Amino acid sequence: MRFVPGSKWVVAALFFVALAIPLLTDNSYYLNMLIMVFIWSIAVSGMNIIAGYAGQLSLAHAGFFGIGAYTLGLLMVKAQMSFLVSLAVSVVLTGMVGAVVGMISLRLKGHYFAIFSLCMGVILSLVIEKWESLTEGVRGLLGIPVPKIGSVEFSTLTSQYYLILFFFVLAMFVNRQIIHSLVGRTFISIRNSEELAESLGIHAMKSKMLAFVYSTVLAGLAGALYAGYLRFLGPEIASIEHAFEMLLYLLVGGIGTLWGPVVGTALVMTLMQWLQSWQDYRMIIFGPILVLIVMFLPHGIMGAFAQLKKNQPSVLPDTTDDKNRGIERGVNDRRLAGGESDA
Amino acid sequence: MLKLIDVTVKYGSSTALHSVNLEVNQGELVVLLGANGAGKSTIFRTISGLLKPVSGQVAFMGQSIGGWSPDRIVKAGIVQCPEGRNLFPEMSVLKNLTLGAYIHRKDKAGIARSLQNIYELFPVLYEKKEQPAGSLSGGQQQMVAIARALMARPKLLLLDEPSVGLAPLIVEQMFKTIEKINRDGTSVLLAEQNAFAALQIARRGYVIENGHLVLEGARETLCDNEEVRRAYIGA
Repeated sequence: MRFVPGSKWVVAALFFVALAIPLLTDNSYYLNMLIMVFIWSIAVSGMNIIAGYAGQLSLAHAGFFGIGAYTLGLLMVKAQMSFLVSLAVSVVLTGMVGAVVGMISLRLKGHYFAIFSLCMGVILSLVIEKWESLTEGVRGLLGIPVPKIGSVEFSTLTSQYYLILFFFVLAMFVNRQIIHSLVGRTFISIRNSEELAESLGIHAMKSKMLAFVYSTVLAGLAGALYAGYLRFLGPEIASIEHAFEMLLYLLVGGIGTLWGPVVGTALVMTLMQWLQSWQDYRMIIFGPILVLIVMFLPHGIMGAFAQLKKNQPSVLPDTTDDKNRGIERGVNDRRLAGGESDA
Repeated sequence: MLKLIDVTVKYGSSTALHSVNLEVNQGELVVLLGANGAGKSTIFRTISGLLKPVSGQVAFMGQSIGGWSPDRIVKAGIVQCPEGRNLFPEMSVLKNLTLGAYIHRKDKAGIARSLQNIYELFPVLYEKKEQPAGSLSGGQQQMVAIARALMARPKLLLLDEPSVGLAPLIVEQMFKTIEKINRDGTSVLLAEQNAFAALQIARRGYVIENGHLVLEGARETLCDNEEVRRAYIGA
């Protein structure tokens, strides 16, 4: 392909396709699949902010997804609150729990943070499972009412599709704004070197807290939308397996790229559906694929795509972040080849 | 302006600095000479708050800053330009520079003025401002590192081995620029192994060995000192 259209146009085109899909098909299988992709993409893009941009690998995000989901479910079932208020409360509450967890866990660095966040994830999922008087435990939370905003009822699959598409687009838009802002650059600077960031006057802890809380807010939003869509919750949604699934989506799509979370989620979820008849054996396929991706495509599909575009001389340089990830690798490679001593 | 009094720093149980006394006066350009691993970077990291001294006092402009957080020290006016052209390689030169002005992020006009000054000091950075910093040559990367530190408008600039890995001609230009930065009103503490080049622009200096400051004095004293000549100048 000689001509690579600008990424802006691709995004705009995909957006219109997404808008038009319910008009083109009423196949509930496809719509359900897309809704799930949107929901998990929101959560994975949150994980991407803290892990991909700020460089702190958090494995607690299934727990925050669970908090968002259960908060919405409980408020609507047990407190009969309206959908929008419950949604807002779930997001805020998830962020508040995120702030507390972040304050403790972000004191640790590197692998220690990842291990600690894994433990936090396990604790959160245990709380949801064992606190039966509140969450109904393994029986599950049944009978979440149909989401309603004003007089509009989101009872059909198509209306749910548009509701969730709206929040998906909103989340991606905010992500984009953050990533291209000075705040996003402080995240990246911390990923590169916390010490260097601090010697520029950046308060590393504050920035990491901001990234962490925002990422938990996205996980909570995704969870709340999930609860409003499925209208049934079981404690397994907060389980640690989901955190690893999210990490898989992120690594396949491209960690530290804006669209990686979406691409990875869509691709892996579709593959998993195809391989569903294989059930337990599918991890035998995914394991080696993941190893190969980490070895040969460390920045996932979007990272590799950016690298390809970079090597294509007909494309003018642009400063989107996706692309520069590729350049970073190039530079590092050159350094290994002894580029340090040049003048 | 900056005063270190009996500062001792440890990494775990091993002592990296033994009661160091060091002073930089307003407007001065002071050089800190020492071999690899002598403790130059440790002194810098202590001054900029990345390391906490176990004993002794760090004072800046009359205030004790020992134990302050790094960002507070940057706001107080001490900015470090770390060793080894520590840039954000995937970001453009301009983005690297604006990150340097992080503490002034609300002052858009001030940042624009600083950028103007930087481009006058390093015209080549204006030409390269949209390029990823990692794609520049070694000398240009060092310019970005110094320029990024200047964007914070420091009162005292800590330069950690700006000449490392650069060709002699580039080193000479680099030191001329450092001299100019100092003339324009920024006090400079310069850590160097390249004593010959450093002593041409500094008035005063210290020599550090194994975490001890072993010698201090005016340029002439250091240049005439047999040991300095043998160890650092090679004459």
